[in-house]
Amino acid sequence: MSGLTRGCAAIVGVAESDLGAVAALMSPLDLMAQGIARALDDCGLTLKDVDGLFCATTQARTSAMSLAEYLRLPDAYTDSTIVGGSSFEVHVAHAQAAIAAGLCTVAVVAYGSTQRTVGRRAASAREYNPYETPFKPFLPATAYAMAASRHMHEFGTTREQLAEVAVAARQWAQLNPAAWEKKPLTVADVLGARMVSYPLTVRDCCLVTDGGGAVIVTSAERAKSLKKAPVYVLGCGQSITHASISSMPDLTHTGAIRSGAEAYKMAGLAAKDIDVLALYDAFTINTILFLEDLGFCAKGEGGPFVAGGRIVPGGSLAVNTNGGGLSYCHPGMYGLFLLIEATRQLRGECGERQVKDAKTALAHGNGGVLSAQATVILGTEAAL
Amino acid sequence: MTRLAVSPLTTYLGHLEKGELGYQFSPAANQAIFYPRVICPVTGSENLEWRVSAGFGTVHATTVVHPQQGAPFNVALVDVDEGFRLMSRVEDIEPMDVKIGMRVKFRVHPAEGEEPPYPVFTPAGDAK
Repeated sequence: MSGLTRGCAAIVGVAESDLGAVAALMSPLDLMAQGIARALDDCGLTLKDVDGLFCATTQARTSAMSLAEYLRLPDAYTDSTIVGGSSFEVHVAHAQAAIAAGLCTVAVVAYGSTQRTVGRRAASAREYNPYETPFKPFLPATAYAMAASRHMHEFGTTREQLAEVAVAARQWAQLNPAAWEKKPLTVADVLGARMVSYPLTVRDCCLVTDGGGAVIVTSAERAKSLKKAPVYVLGCGQSITHASISSMPDLTHTGAIRSGAEAYKMAGLAAKDIDVLALYDAFTINTILFLEDLGFCAKGEGGPFVAGGRIVPGGSLAVNTNGGGLSYCHPGMYGLFLLIEATRQLRGECGERQVKDAKTALAHGNGGVLSAQATVILGTEAAL
Repeated sequence: MTRLAVSPLTTYLGHLEKGELGYQFSPAANQAIFYPRVICPVTGSENLEWRVSAGFGTVHATTVVHPQQGAPFNVALVDVDEGFRLMSRVEDIEPMDVKIGMRVKFRVHPAEGEEPPYPVFTPAGDAK
């Protein structure tokens, strides 16, 4: 991503589609289109302005083709890169590059999923892997559970510390009107919940919801004349270290180390400069790994770091202020929602959960089984 | 170009059918390669030798899957002594008693109907 210029593109519109449990027979494309219409309204552009389509869903093999048909945009520049939940952070980097290269001027990044309505199995067919499938891993949870087992073994991380991540996410969700799960949650509740793949209980695992949305990206120049203050793309980075967990080079060191370093370098920023974090919390171990790998604490110290209320509302570090994949919304590929929340925080639109004077935000996407890591650093005009 | 007569997976399964844990070794990279491939991912070379493991390894990571129906079972990542890692299951022991660092020994889970054979492990004690 080193060829990209800091701040040359901006996010100008964001919106969720319907979330949670959507109307019967809604399609993933319906949800993308709904998100696009709302995100265009958010920035004052119209469908006629859109000339770039970046999208991914597990429910349409050729999603960009389907979206071009749905929106009747035959000439749009398209990119349906799919690397799991971090696809949308990758799309932002690709959109920035496409805009810089003159391939498109107004890009939409869109997602839709009806996995709660149609069932997880139907929404995301499992591929047979002759080297893993015979052992019946409950994927993705089993893969993350094995990473957690290594983190506990190497660093003494405890199940209680993992649970603290879920408790913090729930407290943030209680401040977000759009969140799916708002019932009070304690560490004891997490530990006592149904075991899924030891050491992870169902409360260490993300929600299973429907949902979608869209993000509008355009050039910094064009962004200046739109409805709301631009949120500039300051840095991007990605790293794909493996696809299946048995090929992960090191179960306690993720590709976020590299994706984060690339994004920080492009942005000219470091962890200490970031005001708001949106970290892909498909499982509680994720938040711990990414806080370490993105430089917010030392490797191995993520467990103690998240304990004691540091990442709850009012704590010293604002992490997953929407309630995250653990309590707000998780339709299967959550990465788009990281960008939506980071943008809203930088615009000051977050009401009760607003982080005061937020000027920089880091959205970190995770795809597969800790496989595809992609980081996007965003900032207000003050951060340019 | 000669057409490849036997796929890497077929060779791997052939070893398992003989009770062996087969793996590839890349002479150019001087390292074991797993899962089996058509080219070496380190060098790009098509020259990969098939070798048979002595069958000893160490548990690298472990979990116990709790299915909605049926008994909990182990899933583990095992570091085989010849220098490669694979997913497997440690048997003949309570799933929660499988620990990281435990020495384990390979055996074949035989083919059942349409399902091909696959490698499992049992506790090896102090055996080398």
